[in-house]
Amino acid sequence: MANKVLPAWHPQADIETLHARAHLLHSIRAFFAARSVLEVETPVLSAHGTTDPYIESFCAAKPRSAHNSQAEFTHAGYLQTSPEFPMKRLLCAGSGCIYQICKVFRQEQSGRRHNPEFTLLEWYRVGFDHHDLMQEVDAFLQHTLACKPAQTISYQALFEQIMQIDPLSITHEQLVNHVDTLGILAGTADEFSHDDLLNLLFSHVIEPNLGHDRPLLVHSFPASQSALARINADDPRTADRFEAYVAGMELANGFYELADAPEQRQRFESDNRVRARAGQPEIPQDEHLLDALAHGLPDCAGVALGLDRLLMLKMQRADIQDVLAFPFQRA
Amino acid sequence: MANFSTNEFKAGLKIMLDGEPCNILENEYVKPGKGQAFNRVRIRKLISGKVLEKTFRSGESVEGADVLDTELAYLYTDGEFYHFMNNETFEQIAADEKAVGDNVKWLVENDLCTITLWNGTPITVTPPNFVELEIVETDPGLKGDTAGTGGKPATLSTGAVVRVPLFVQTGEVIKVDTRSGEYASRAQK
Repeated sequence: MANKVLPAWHPQADIETLHARAHLLHSIRAFFAARSVLEVETPVLSAHGTTDPYIESFCAAKPRSAHNSQAEFTHAGYLQTSPEFPMKRLLCAGSGCIYQICKVFRQEQSGRRHNPEFTLLEWYRVGFDHHDLMQEVDAFLQHTLACKPAQTISYQALFEQIMQIDPLSITHEQLVNHVDTLGILAGTADEFSHDDLLNLLFSHVIEPNLGHDRPLLVHSFPASQSALARINADDPRTADRFEAYVAGMELANGFYELADAPEQRQRFESDNRVRARAGQPEIPQDEHLLDALAHGLPDCAGVALGLDRLLMLKMQRADIQDVLAFPFQRA
Repeated sequence: MANFSTNEFKAGLKIMLDGEPCNILENEYVKPGKGQAFNRVRIRKLISGKVLEKTFRSGESVEGADVLDTELAYLYTDGEFYHFMNNETFEQIAADEKAVGDNVKWLVENDLCTITLWNGTPITVTPPNFVELEIVETDPGLKGDTAGTGGKPATLSTGAVVRVPLFVQTGEVIKVDTRSGEYASRAQK
């Protein structure tokens, strides 16, 4: 499909795929309606962005005009990379369980599984922890993909099973040696952080094996990769975070949500310090979110799932371009 | 030579890796939901011919390789070097045994070969997809066999040995596919 040369005006996805997308959206809304989860909309354009050093936002700008003659462009805000912050503000305000289907934007290269603009399904369940939510993700995948029930495994057990290393206790030196022995990198492994190397092994060695017979839910990631998840109460080496894999592809990322405003503030600040050191733009942290968290986030778990990838799986397409009406190059 | 960032990587780009010029065959962008992005690249080392997979940190810059493909006619060998000529400029260039490698058995005078130059020096010699060579030795075939069942070995004028159908005889000129080393047909007169 990807090799077929189409004129630039022409959609990349075929008409059958457009129908499949519409059908998928319909069946997702039915899934949540049956569970009394409320559909919401939040702003795509916002004064705040993500501070995550590995996710770069697009800025929206106002072009020069008679009313705006100062500079060629003036900054108007950030396009969301995820609807997480405003959705958490709704939860803090007492919305109850909510979901959203929306466009998100990330400065990334296009690839077989990446488009800079893509559709995300994000949902939050009040009173759920990450294990409860993993069960619901399993039900969701069976509902939308008609697949077998999912298996679950911890991050640690997965590394031990596939690579015979313990990702929670391995020293940095051992990890560097391990990666260098595998010869994956063009350079040497000691230029990379511990988490970068774990991510590298995960995406290159482990991920291609996952979820071929049935979906696989991987949980209990290292605490250093907690992002916006809680640290586990029993094992502080791990975070209450999970990811879903189907047919060797990452499909969803879920958290037992961090509700602690001071800790959230610390993570924002530490992200911006990492950004400053790397010469990346510092991003204004979302004070509205911090105020909302201080007001109180109900105990909840949330998950974000890539809808374009879900459609790829449903349509058995290997390239994300083939499920988008107009991928970035044609947008 | 210019440097290339990973976001300029694409099939056909020539870069340096471990001091050896390489050709990118495939480039895939790998970005976990959280964490560092990588470019996973399938690469052919142009001197050793080895194909391998390597991963770069996205955004990293890599030195480009000054590699150029040029079409030159094979002239002769002096025993040590193989001499080629540009038919337009008449400029001559000599490739050593290492650059020619196993392809020596497909070198036919006046055939246009693709010579890959790195910093002006030949590193590989690729013969045309089809060459015509004379059979200097093969067993006489059985009369009446035209189906070419199984075939028989035949030694060609350059020393190459290929399997040919039983009906092809010593002294005939045949066309050989140099990519597979297989007999294609009798040469057109």
